[in-house]
Amino acid sequence: MLSCRQATRLMSEAQDRKLGLAEKMSLELHLAMCKGCTNYRAQVSFLRDACRRYLADVRDGRE
Amino acid sequence: MSPDTSPLMDDAFVTALRHDLLKFARLQLRNDALAEDMIQEALAAALAGARRFDGRAALKTWIFAILRNKIVDHFRVSGRVTNVSALSPEEAGLDQAFEALFKANEHWARDARPSAWGDPEEVLVQQRFWVVFDACLNHLPASTARVFMMREFLELETAEICRALDITAGNCNVILHRARNGLRRCLDKNWFSPESTRC
Repeated sequence: MLSCRQATRLMSEAQDRKLGLAEKMSLELHLAMCKGCTNYRAQVSFLRDACRRYLADVRDGRE
Repeated sequence: MSPDTSPLMDDAFVTALRHDLLKFARLQLRNDALAEDMIQEALAAALAGARRFDGRAALKTWIFAILRNKIVDHFRVSGRVTNVSALSPEEAGLDQAFEALFKANEHWARDARPSAWGDPEEVLVQQRFWVVFDACLNHLPASTARVFMMREFLELETAEICRALDITAGNCNVILHRARNGLRRCLDKNWFSPESTRC
């Protein structure tokens, strides 16, 4: 059973590589029961979205 | 398009372009003089080949790509002399702050449990959010920021980052995790007022 601390590590790595099947299953199992980590996942994905938007705005000359 | 009417001869276009290039380069390099130099080089390289483009948007995209490659090359060279995996006091501080979010059993401490940030679309259109975001990015320790920006703004895969900076994949993951935790905590504290939405 994953701890929240371990889960955050996997959620970060999921932004950078494809998780293995076992990793994915243990993470999903954890997320199904943990509201804090579910929010953490949304926040990490928000960071990616924000960076993409930031980059697009700079490239397109929007402030 | 004749060479005489190249957009790179249009002062207004070049001024606006420089402004955007500078914003991008400064963010990555945290060094204004170096950023200026790189932009100068990128524009010079563009001037040599700009005639192949007949649209300003395409030209701009291309010059951004030139600048991006110059920054990646710069990191590749300087990455050999700065040890990004060495832990600075600032980075150790980020790690301590992260560990403090958990109880002994590694589950979230009661008041550290991440809360919902709401609809990203609503946040990302607010001008003031970007001021906070910028400040939080600049607040990250230098090595942590470098790896994060190579990943998110230079859009390199982690394997490429590891090669460029001569660090292991495990190290790269640790640094990216540290960066994301630092950023999320900074945004949580300074933008998503924590008191109102904690569950």
